[in-house]
Amino acid sequence: MARTPAYYLMAAFFSLFVLFLYGPMVAIMVLSFQGPDGGLTFPMNGFSFHWFGDLFKEQRVGDFKGSFLRSMALALIVMILTVAISLAAGLAYRKSFKFSGTVFYITVASLIVPSILITLGIGLMFDRLGLEAHWYTSGMGAHLTWTLPFGLLIMFAIFNRFDKSYEEAARDLGATPWQVLRYVIIPIIGPSLVGVGLFGFTLSFDEFARSLLSIGSKNTLPLEIFGMTTTVTTPTLYALGTLTTAVSFLIIGISFSTIAFLERRRRRHGSDAGQGMV
Amino acid sequence: MKTQLQILPLIAILALFLIGPILIIFVVSFWDYTEFSLVPDFVLTNYVELFESSVTYSIYLNTLKFAALSWILTLVIGFGVAYFLAFHVRQLRWQVILFLVCTIPFWTSNIIRMIAWIPVLGRHGLINKGLVNMGIVDQPVEWLLYSDFAVVLAFVHLYTLFMVVPIFNSMMRIDKSVLEAARDAGASAMQVLTHVIIPLCRPGIAIGTIFVVSLVMGDFITVQAMSGGQSASVGVAMNHKRALLQYPAAAADAMILLVVVLVMVAMLMRTVNIRKEL
Repeated sequence: MARTPAYYLMAAFFSLFVLFLYGPMVAIMVLSFQGPDGGLTFPMNGFSFHWFGDLFKEQRVGDFKGSFLRSMALALIVMILTVAISLAAGLAYRKSFKFSGTVFYITVASLIVPSILITLGIGLMFDRLGLEAHWYTSGMGAHLTWTLPFGLLIMFAIFNRFDKSYEEAARDLGATPWQVLRYVIIPIIGPSLVGVGLFGFTLSFDEFARSLLSIGSKNTLPLEIFGMTTTVTTPTLYALGTLTTAVSFLIIGISFSTIAFLERRRRRHGSDAGQGMV
Repeated sequence: MKTQLQILPLIAILALFLIGPILIIFVVSFWDYTEFSLVPDFVLTNYVELFESSVTYSIYLNTLKFAALSWILTLVIGFGVAYFLAFHVRQLRWQVILFLVCTIPFWTSNIIRMIAWIPVLGRHGLINKGLVNMGIVDQPVEWLLYSDFAVVLAFVHLYTLFMVVPIFNSMMRIDKSVLEAARDAGASAMQVLTHVIIPLCRPGIAIGTIFVVSLVMGDFITVQAMSGGQSASVGVAMNHKRALLQYPAAAADAMILLVVVLVMVAMLMRTVNIRKEL
C-alpha cells in the first residue's frame, strides 16, 4: 500500500501532538540553564548552572533535599507494596472468591473518587483518631489508593494473556504451589511486574493531590514544588523541574532496561533451541 | 483460604484508606462547626446551605464546562493519535516506540508539566513574542496564561494520554479483515471510519471518558494553578472551605461531588465491561 495523503496529514497531526507534549518541558529545561541575570522567559541571558546551585542552599528555596529524599523513600516503599499487593490480588482473581465483583468495583472506585476526598478524608480520619499524620503512614496509604488500581488493572491484563499450560506442566512434574509461583509464574510475568513497579514508583513520586492533607508536617517534593510556584520567581523553579524530570527519566530508563534484560533472559531460558539430543 | 489471604492486603488498604476516609467525611458532613472547632452533631445545615446558595450551581456549571471541553478535545486528539499509531504506522517496532513517546510524560510530574507552560504562554512567553514579532497583535495577549483557556489547555495536555491508551487498545483488537471486507463492499474511507472503526472503539472511548471526566470533575490543583486563582471549580471551592477550617461544609461539598462523579461514571460503565477490555 502506497503512502496516501491521509498518511502525511495524520503524521503531521501526530508530530504536532508530540511537540505539544514535549515542547513546554523542553522550554523549561533550556531555561533552567539561564545565566545568573536571566529571567523566567526567553531569551537566554547567558548560560550557567547558577540556578541548580541555588537549589542546594537550603534557606533560599525551602527544604529541597529533605523533601526529595522523603519522596524517593516513599516512592520506593509504595513501589514494593504495589507490586506485592497487586500480584497477590491478581493471583486471587484467577480463582473465584466471595465478593470478587464488589472488591473489583471498589478498586476501580479508588481510581475515580476525586483525590481531594481521599486527602481530606484521610486527614480528618487521622485527626479524629488522635493520630499524627506522617508521610510513611497516612501519606503512604493515600498513595496506595492511587497506585493499587493501576497495579490490579495491569495484573488483569497480564493474566488474561497468561498461558496456564506452563503451570500445569510444572504441577504435573511435582512442583509445589510455591515452586510454581517462584520458578514458573514470576519468571514469565517478571517484565510486566517491573512495569507495575514503574507505575507504583512514578505515580507516588509525582503525587500531589492525594498528598496535600495526608502527608503530615513534612512535605514531599511535589508539595514543595507547588509551594515554590507562588513564592519563587526565578529560574530555580525550572532547575527543580529539570532535576525532578531527570529523576523520572532515569527511573523510566532503569525500568525499561530491566524489562529488556528480563525479556532476553526469559527467551534464553525458555527455549531449548540448539540443546536437542538429536 | 489461600485465595482469601491473597486478596486480603488489597481489601485492607482500601478499607483503611478509601472506605474509612469516605465514611468519616460522610459523618462529618452532618456536624456543626465554630470558627475554631468541629462540633459533633446531626445537622443538615451544611447541605441546606450548599443547595440554597446560587454559587454552588454556577461552580458546578463551570466545572461541567471544563469537563465537557476537556472531554471533547482529549477525545478528538486522542482518537487521531491512536488512529495514526494503529492504522498508519505499520511496523510493530515503530508502533511501540511512538506509543512510548506518548506515554513517557505520564510518568513525570503533573505539577512540573503545568509550570512548563509559563515560559510558553506567559505575558513575555514564546507565543506572545511570536505574535508581536509577526505583527499579528500590538500588545501581548493576556488571556493565554491564568485563564479558563489555560485550564482547559492543561487538562488536555495532562489527560489526552488517558484517551490514547484505551482507544489504541480497542483499535489494535480490530480484525484487519473486517476493514478489508468493508472496503471490498464499497465503503469509502469515511464510511469505514464511522460505520466500522468508531463503533468498535466504543469500549476504549468509554474507558477514556471515565478517566478524563472523573479526573477533571475532581480536580482542584490544575484549575487553581492555571487560572491563577481566577476561576472556580467544585474542588477549588471545597479546598477553600477546608483552608478556612470549615471541615463540615467541605465534607458536605465532597459528598455531593462524590455522588455526582459516581453517577456519571456508573452511566458510562453500563456501556463497557472493563475486565474484558484488559
